[in-house]
Amino acid sequence: MDTTFSAEDLAFRDEVRAFLTEAYDDDLKARLADKATYKEAQIEWQRRVNAKGWAAPGWPAEYGGCSWSATQSFIYENERSAAGAPDMLPFGLKMVAPVIYTFGNDEQKQRFLPRILNSDDWWCQGYSEPGAGSDLASLKTRAEVDGDDYIVNGAKIWTSYAQYADWIFCLVRTDSSGKKQDGISFLLIDMKTPGIKVNPIIGIDNRHTLNEVEFNNVRVPKANLIGEQDKGWTYAKALLAHERTAIAGVAASKKELAEIREIAGRELSGGIALSSDPLFQKNLTDIEIELMALEYTELRVLAKAASGAHPGPESSLLKIKGTEIQQALQKLRLDVAGHYAGIQTEEAVGNEYADKARVDYMYGRAATVYGGSNEVQKNIIAKFVLGLK
Amino acid sequence: MNFDYTEEQNMLKDSVARFVQDQYDFEARCKVAALEEGYSADNWKTFAELGWLSIPFAEEHGGFGGNVVDTMLLMEELGKGLVLEPFLATVVLFGGLLSRGAADQQQYIGSVIEGSLQGAFAYAERQSRFNLNDVATQAIANGDGYRLNGEKIVVLNGAVADKLIVSARTSGSQLDSAGISLFLVDANAKGVARQGYRMMDGQKVANILLQDVEVTSADLVGELDQGLALMQSVISEATVAVGAEAVGIMDKLQATTVEYTKTREQFGVAIGSFQALQHRMVEMFMACEQTRSLLYRAACSQSADQAQADRDVLALKVMVGRAGKLVGDEAFQLHGGIGMTDELDVGHYVKRLMMINTLFGDADFSQQRFAELAG
Ligand SMILES: Cc1cc2nc3c(=O)[nH]c(=O)nc-3n(C[C@H](O)[C@H](O)[C@H](O)COP(=O)(O)OP(=O)(O)OC[C@H]3O[C@@H](n4cnc5c(N)ncnc54)[C@H](O)[C@@H]3O)c2cc1C
Repeated sequence: MDTTFSAEDLAFRDEVRAFLTEAYDDDLKARLADKATYKEAQIEWQRRVNAKGWAAPGWPAEYGGCSWSATQSFIYENERSAAGAPDMLPFGLKMVAPVIYTFGNDEQKQRFLPRILNSDDWWCQGYSEPGAGSDLASLKTRAEVDGDDYIVNGAKIWTSYAQYADWIFCLVRTDSSGKKQDGISFLLIDMKTPGIKVNPIIGIDNRHTLNEVEFNNVRVPKANLIGEQDKGWTYAKALLAHERTAIAGVAASKKELAEIREIAGRELSGGIALSSDPLFQKNLTDIEIELMALEYTELRVLAKAASGAHPGPESSLLKIKGTEIQQALQKLRLDVAGHYAGIQTEEAVGNEYADKARVDYMYGRAATVYGGSNEVQKNIIAKFVLGLK
Repeated sequence: MNFDYTEEQNMLKDSVARFVQDQYDFEARCKVAALEEGYSADNWKTFAELGWLSIPFAEEHGGFGGNVVDTMLLMEELGKGLVLEPFLATVVLFGGLLSRGAADQQQYIGSVIEGSLQGAFAYAERQSRFNLNDVATQAIANGDGYRLNGEKIVVLNGAVADKLIVSARTSGSQLDSAGISLFLVDANAKGVARQGYRMMDGQKVANILLQDVEVTSADLVGELDQGLALMQSVISEATVAVGAEAVGIMDKLQATTVEYTKTREQFGVAIGSFQALQHRMVEMFMACEQTRSLLYRAACSQSADQAQADRDVLALKVMVGRAGKLVGDEAFQLHGGIGMTDELDVGHYVKRLMMINTLFGDADFSQQRFAELAG
């Protein structure tokens, strides 16, 4: 049992820091923060990371992964978060790519993986439907065979960033005769195909990230089917575990905690810094202690994964605790803002962090819902870890 | 002992409930929220016509002579409809201070009751957080009057108010309890600059800059240097009022959530049939009931001894913050994705509940004051 960094680890950390200092510059920061330039800035950011060879550390080396040790992944995530640099968008790199390189054919790998690495295509995830959320397998969007194509009809909902997307990976029903998990297929669909309509949904954070995606006789070549027809559920399930570990966000929470502590040092109450208020200290350190524990829980999962094991039901624990911590931090940031908590204006009224507090708090409510709700995660742990039926 | 309303109170409650039902559904509310002033002048007129604006004022000032329970009833029903019209700012806060003022100031009460005067109470400052005694705004004696300099932030109804009551320091240092005075200031007076903006609950607020604003000694509300006690007493009343509003909102969220889980099906059954969710809705229910109990407790003790009344109000405020958070969180969570949309009313109710937590001191702040008063 040992978690000290070796000399190579320390050298790697320096390399990461040097890279971030150069690649994540002020101009890019500004463009990422601006709605109008966000998309191209996010793409450019990924390209800079990809040029360094670090866009997809978790992929197998033959497709462009880094073969990092658990320690290196840990270092990279921490340094990236500490620098405030955004994560790569998960839809291509962490969600669809593992399905493509695990279950796709050679042609699909060659066609899609390099473009995903370089963010040449923007991907979105078309799983949920109005009637199929937690009970995803009950999905109804159907794909019928027509010669060399499928014809897709139906609607997906809560599709994050579909308004930017070039491609959508979808679960569709190809057979409804048997068990609902059977008869689902995994399709890659070009968003420019005629018959696709994207309707925006405005969130409680007053932003547009969510969408409804309608499919009206959308023609999709059979070549875009992943693996076997009717076997999509197995592929999707393998992918969900990846999504869950990605949601834990330990490094980002560490950064957020440090930021809140710093802000509370400037915010006054009764003429003294809020950071020296005992109740504030309790609130902050309650979260900090949970986070310290989760950091090591994640390291334990990472170490296990590095030795070849797949992320299993443990990923549910990371998701539940990680999102609970994120939400506790969002609440704390809002509380620190005092009278300015809940401010909703683009005008400068003298509190630069309060508007962010509101947006983060509101968007953050979704973290316990998406990626399989926390209740569903608890069901998974109860069943597969504790053996409760 | 009983917790029943009088016949008159039941009539008032019904009349507000009917207004909300007939004229303030969610769609109508969204239209009001989109108005530049942040409320509807027509609705305000209706409030005046129905006599609601007169409720807390004494009969000698032309008011209805209502008590804390009357205001509570009204606020609870307004809460259920997420009503944006500035009853709290103009009637409870501004009007409450006018009532405590000199005869010259009380004469404005008639205009408030009539609906022709909007008011705001400007007390919070950038550095003050929730401490009412932290007043950096200066009122320097100037001939017969005073000259005001300073800045007030997040002033409810501050952008549209015709008149403001402003706290300022007439003696002592920034954190002293003594030496704070209140002044009635015309919102369009020379030297008053207002920057209006929105909060997430749709309320229109303002930051107000005071630069060499001249007032006379006739504009002093209450005694010189003794403003803090006045502020505390009116804020205490206002806390009970928003506590009632919060109870209305919490009940509404709880009912909406229970209803939703009865109709939303996943895995072939209503999600409300999952015990994991049932228990959480039971927690919501208990949170609502406990908050209502503290609301009644605070309402009943308003005429009792001051220290007890203060503790009851603070206990209510703590509960509104903590139980309100639980109810809001669960309402979001149990609605799943649909709860995250601006189109559904749930988020709007939660946001107002969150803003009520911050008003007059959040749960943590109020709990610390509560502990200090434990003696
Ligand atoms: C911001 C955001 C982004 C999203 N992005 C995407 C995306 O890009 N692509 C995509 O496909 N989907 C996306 N989703 C959808 C997300 O995966 C679903 O919202 C989620 O699966 C829950 O489904 P639902 O919303 O239908 O809620 P429901 O399934 O109706 O759940 C409602 C409530 O019931 C609870 N519940 C359900 N079943 C059980 C049970 N068996 N036991 C106990 N409790 C239960 C849930 O936990 C929840 O609290 C996103 C959602 C959000 C909010």
